Amino acid sequence: MPSYSFVLNGKQVTVEAPADMPLLWVLRDLLEVTGPKYGCGVGVCRACTSHLDGAEFQPCVVPVADCASREVTTIEGLADGDRLHPVQQAWLDCDVSQCGFCQPGQIMAAAALLKKTPNPTDTDIDRIENVCRCGTYSRIREAIKKASVQG
Amino acid sequence: MARQLSRRRFIVHTLAASTLTVAAPLGCDASPAEGAEPTSGPSDVLVTGTDDEMLVLEVTAANKVVVRLPRVEVGQGITTAVAMMIAEELDARLADVEIPLAEARTRGNQFTGGSNSVGSLYGPARALAATARAKLVTAASRRWHVPPGKLHTRDTMVVAPDGRTAMFGSLTAAAARIHRPAVSTDPKPASRHRVIGRPTSRIDARDIVTGRAKYTGDLAVAGAKPTVVARPPTLGGKVRSLDDRAARALPGVHAVVRIEGGVAVVADTFHHAFKARDALRITWSPGPLAALSDVDVRARLRAAVPPLGTPLLGTRQVGGEFEFAFVGHAPMEVLTAVADVREHSAEIWFSSQTPMDARDTIASATGLPASKVRVHVLRGGGSFGRRLTYDAAVEAALVSKAARRPVKLMWSRSDDMRHGRMRPASHHRIRASHAGGRVVAFTHMTASVSESYEKPGVTAQGGVTAMGARAGGPLPSDSGLYNFGRVSGDSGSVGLAMPLGAWRSVDSGTMRTAEEIVVDDIARSLGQDPVAFRRTTLRGKAVRAVLDRVADAGHWGRSMPDGHAQGVAVHEEYGSCVACLVEIDARDPKNPRVTKVVMAADVGTAVNPRGLEAQLMGTAVDGISTVLTAGLHLDRGAVREGSFADFHWARHRHAPLHFEAHIMPSGGDPGGAGELGVPAAAGAVANAYARATGTRPRRFPISF
Repeated sequence: MPSYSFVLNGKQVTVEAPADMPLLWVLRDLLEVTGPKYGCGVGVCRACTSHLDGAEFQPCVVPVADCASREVTTIEGLADGDRLHPVQQAWLDCDVSQCGFCQPGQIMAAAALLKKTPNPTDTDIDRIENVCRCGTYSRIREAIKKASVQG
Repeated sequence: MARQLSRRRFIVHTLAASTLTVAAPLGCDASPAEGAEPTSGPSDVLVTGTDDEMLVLEVTAANKVVVRLPRVEVGQGITTAVAMMIAEELDARLADVEIPLAEARTRGNQFTGGSNSVGSLYGPARALAATARAKLVTAASRRWHVPPGKLHTRDTMVVAPDGRTAMFGSLTAAAARIHRPAVSTDPKPASRHRVIGRPTSRIDARDIVTGRAKYTGDLAVAGAKPTVVARPPTLGGKVRSLDDRAARALPGVHAVVRIEGGVAVVADTFHHAFKARDALRITWSPGPLAALSDVDVRARLRAAVPPLGTPLLGTRQVGGEFEFAFVGHAPMEVLTAVADVREHSAEIWFSSQTPMDARDTIASATGLPASKVRVHVLRGGGSFGRRLTYDAAVEAALVSKAARRPVKLMWSRSDDMRHGRMRPASHHRIRASHAGGRVVAFTHMTASVSESYEKPGVTAQGGVTAMGARAGGPLPSDSGLYNFGRVSGDSGSVGLAMPLGAWRSVDSGTMRTAEEIVVDDIARSLGQDPVAFRRTTLRGKAVRAVLDRVADAGHWGRSMPDGHAQGVAVHEEYGSCVACLVEIDARDPKNPRVTKVVMAADVGTAVNPRGLEAQLMGTAVDGISTVLTAGLHLDRGAVREGSFADFHWARHRHAPLHFEAHIMPSGGDPGGAGELGVPAAAGAVANAYARATGTRPRRFPISF
């Protein structure tokens, strides 16, 4: 079995896994990092959204081999210790979450957007593809705007 | 909807324990549980109790207030609402209140559904906490030799006039021995509420935003092995032949198990499980609906709608025929269950609205006595009615039993879309008869698909058939919402072997939506404005008030550019009422955008207005999705959609740019709120679309 090393939430990790194993299952089933969620496995619902070298990606469709020697950040690695990332704090301030299942992915998508586009317009926010079945979109929009002002 | 705070009393019992533990029956008429002692009774014998049928509150020595909740949290915010009720009456800090979910019990009401949770818990939870507070105050009074009336409570402690304080945790052992509290055990009057009614954030919000919240799939209990199921291409298809040699030869594969719904593969990771599933060589025989497509279902439904009969002489008719497609529940968390079935016992972990029924069904499926089956209830990643049934839990139990190891069985998203459950498709024939400017008769005939199998009671997945969704209430058209003269209705059904289920707001999501469209049509036919017409024909004061509120706040009637319009609708159910006003941009009629939603709701006491606003926001997106874009097609016995790529649930770009909710300050017993908004939102979206495009949409979603 091949072995792959990458940086996960600031720490070097090494896993033995098939080259084509999607990173999502490496994270969840081998490393017990369960913040990124399975919602479709085909990169559509985006509940697994995390960061690869600082940019948004969907680990359910990226094989572990493609992550070798790179930096992976999941929702668990977004905060600075107990200090929440401004997007997480905005999510609390706006009480965004309902069932919460898509929110790690929504937060990671929003954090990536704000990194690229510090003052996103409604059109920018409209481009976020992450599905929220509970329909929290209005509060997500409000939280992104709040985080952009604070960030 | 005149509403008064009910005066019924909730008997609170004391359970023998070394910490203060009190229990209240759920349901006001329940008799005291065996082994529990009413605190108001003459006995001073403390006995061991059971938490069956009870809501139980414990104050721990670590100063936590723990209430094990016989309901499931699926995003509706019930744990936060109950924590608020407890914090209110105990004068505890919200952060000190913990609401774990109770595992399946043997008796009592452990059903989450029908928008009933807050209403059923409001009395018992407050009575419970008020009794606990009285005992804690009494214990402090004895410790300090200070008259109890001089003590007060705040921030999870008792405070004496001289400034001394005692945390509840330090008093709990003494309070457990108090039989007759020396201060009132009555809940506070609403005028003294400081927590109930105050917008409050979810108690689990931090766990969610940091990724720490655990759903079933996140559990590593019992070493359960990832398991997925190969399912037939058609609904109810069966395995004709199976060659699993290639699959079994793959690395990391532990077992291949044939079950009713297909072939399960148990493996080291979900990656290995999916690979092995795809390596199974299966030939399938077609399911019982293989000859059936949407067009056939629609024709059969149309034929099953009872006839309208002859209209009253001298009246003019308004109305039409409406069709609603099947809609998946599609919770973000697909069905997942962990099962550890041994020879003499079983343990199951999953998110369930009906854990007691699940336990009994799993017991009989595995051949174990129900007393040997433990069902742990987990938070759910959405439900919308999907977790009323327990299809994946039954499968997980059977696979665990056959494979002789614990398994974590997960449906794929495609399983979820293609194998149900779904809101039944329906057809509606509505006729309003008016004369002299007034509606004198209103008839709503309907037919919907019902779940029907040759083997009664058992679905393809081995679960039970969808439960009778409506708790015996009147049909919406009989509810007398409007002064429409003679109101009548009847329903037919088309039985099909397909997995259906109650979907948020159940029949009202289609019936009341269609009716609100007809109300707009009547207004148009009478030359009246939709809001003005509703205002003069709605019966209830409360529903007229929420309508007025949205008309006012949403600037009803403001001039809009071409291709834009407003739409409005109302609904009344669960002891609550709601109005919704939307604005739509339909310049491109194939890609409309709801730009603004204004809702107003009267739910009696709104325990957590911020949570209620969230529920209304969710129902607005339900209305937008089901009316405009989201549904399931049936093609020759198979569901066409397989993921959120083709099941077009609203995304950010379809959600309103502006949303506001107005909560009416009416007080009284809380009504239901979780499902309330769906018909009003759906009706308002449909009405706005009709007004913006000058069309009369009759088939939903309109993209079908």
